[in-house]
Amino acid sequence: MEINFLQIILIFLVALIAGIGSVLDEFQTHRPLVACTLTGLILGDLKTGIIIGGTLEILALGWMNIGAAMAPDAALASVISTIIVIAGKQDINSGIALAVPLAAAGQVLTIFARTITIFFQHQADKYADTGNFKAIEACHILALFIQGLRVAIPSLIVAMFVGTDAVQNMLAAIPEVVTRGLQVGGGIIVVVGYAMVINMMEAKHLMPFFFLGFTFAALSQLNLVALGIIGVVSALIYLELSPKFNKTAVVQSNAAASAHVDDDLDDELD
Amino acid sequence: MSEKKLTQSDLKSIFIRSNLHQGSWNYERMQALGYCYAMIPAIKRLYKGEEQKQALKRHLEFFNTQPFVTAPILGINAAMEEEKANGADIDDGAINGVKVGLMGPLAGVGDPIFWGTLRPVLAALGATVAATGSLLGPLIFFLGFNIVRLAVRWFGIKLGYEKGTSVVKDMAGGALQKITEGASILGLFIMGVLVNRWTSINVPIVVSEITNQAGELVKTTVQDVLDSLLPGLLPLLFTFICMKLLKKKVNAVWLIFGIFAIGIIGYALGWLA
Repeated sequence: MEINFLQIILIFLVALIAGIGSVLDEFQTHRPLVACTLTGLILGDLKTGIIIGGTLEILALGWMNIGAAMAPDAALASVISTIIVIAGKQDINSGIALAVPLAAAGQVLTIFARTITIFFQHQADKYADTGNFKAIEACHILALFIQGLRVAIPSLIVAMFVGTDAVQNMLAAIPEVVTRGLQVGGGIIVVVGYAMVINMMEAKHLMPFFFLGFTFAALSQLNLVALGIIGVVSALIYLELSPKFNKTAVVQSNAAASAHVDDDLDDELD
Repeated sequence: MSEKKLTQSDLKSIFIRSNLHQGSWNYERMQALGYCYAMIPAIKRLYKGEEQKQALKRHLEFFNTQPFVTAPILGINAAMEEEKANGADIDDGAINGVKVGLMGPLAGVGDPIFWGTLRPVLAALGATVAATGSLLGPLIFFLGFNIVRLAVRWFGIKLGYEKGTSVVKDMAGGALQKITEGASILGLFIMGVLVNRWTSINVPIVVSEITNQAGELVKTTVQDVLDSLLPGLLPLLFTFICMKLLKKKVNAVWLIFGIFAIGIIGYALGWLA
């Protein structure tokens, strides 16, 4: 499929918004559910965009930047995999498999952008000396746009060339053992994200709830909403019963119990 | 000299700017410039001349925490700057002390709640609906997450500003700890569900072939044996290996490439399908 000029411009804008979302981590425009959907909309196949978004979202579930540690980049992977699937006419699994190396490349680019932003930090110091508010604000916003461009420019290049015979032939030339193997790998790769989330929680004493969820899922047909309710109920019961949160309650019930004993004693004396 | 006071619109302006908190994240001072960017409306309102420059420099110091929980710190700092501008004896160290003292504990609360629970749970829900191609999937995720996020940002700034450091004492107390612990339970429970449900590993190696009484050939694969014990054992094993390696500071991208290699080699040898 050829991508027309207007679509290329719009993809550039969506990729820019995804890149900005990626560094901010506020509006979540870099998450596959949002970025793939928007890219699909522009390419005239909203439904496929949404399905890719859902599939890639699961893969990228635990990709998050905690402290100074950088995760694979969901923004670049989302936009480019959607272009490759819809405009490059690949099936969703191959598109996703191609997205992961792109996420790795995106990680390198974001580390690069976060390094050159040190320059803007130092410029801001200088403008603080002269009390120049406008210039400090400009430093912040310019750095933000660099993060946007780091996704927008690679996406633009892919959008321009994906329709050409050379790229189509290249995609078609990937041997079956590789595409099938990537799909097999894709079924396992999701655990990397889960592992990142579990590690981040750092709550060994709460790991029984992980195994509870695992076993409920393994041995029942309950859907995600029902399992979610079981999770919430477990949390509430735990908080209700844990002595950690009930120190005063324990003291009160002891006091109540001793008062009760007193009453009995009084009764006997009477 | 009349008393200097921040207006409601100053707080609104801080709130709007705080949405760009991580825009200039860098390896030297991380969110420092973003923090200063959000504080500018307060600095403009409260100070003149040389004092403005001092205040700008004060807020360009190193800062890094979970982005949404920056809100109460911004509020507390705004209240402190207001007192300082009105002549209270608050030095730079005290203002910075609040920032540095709070960013660690608050990240410990914000990370499990937002990145460990709220986002994965909403994303899993959204992705389930999105699998049918329904626009509702992305909408559940996008709207759900942002409504909570904006509420936390706005009320965080307001509470921090109105209650000052006393809000911190409330936080250190039971309530916030309870929410964090509860959220972590839900998050871990859902991770357990996902490790089981949203992974696929199949080991088609045949361990036995038996012709049953009806004369049909019944093949039993390694996967059949594993599933008869408990479905999802291999994904569980892979999850624990990944957790171990991530703790040893192995980059997630290498894990992903490693698993791809396992996938391709395993498929080529017929061990995985």
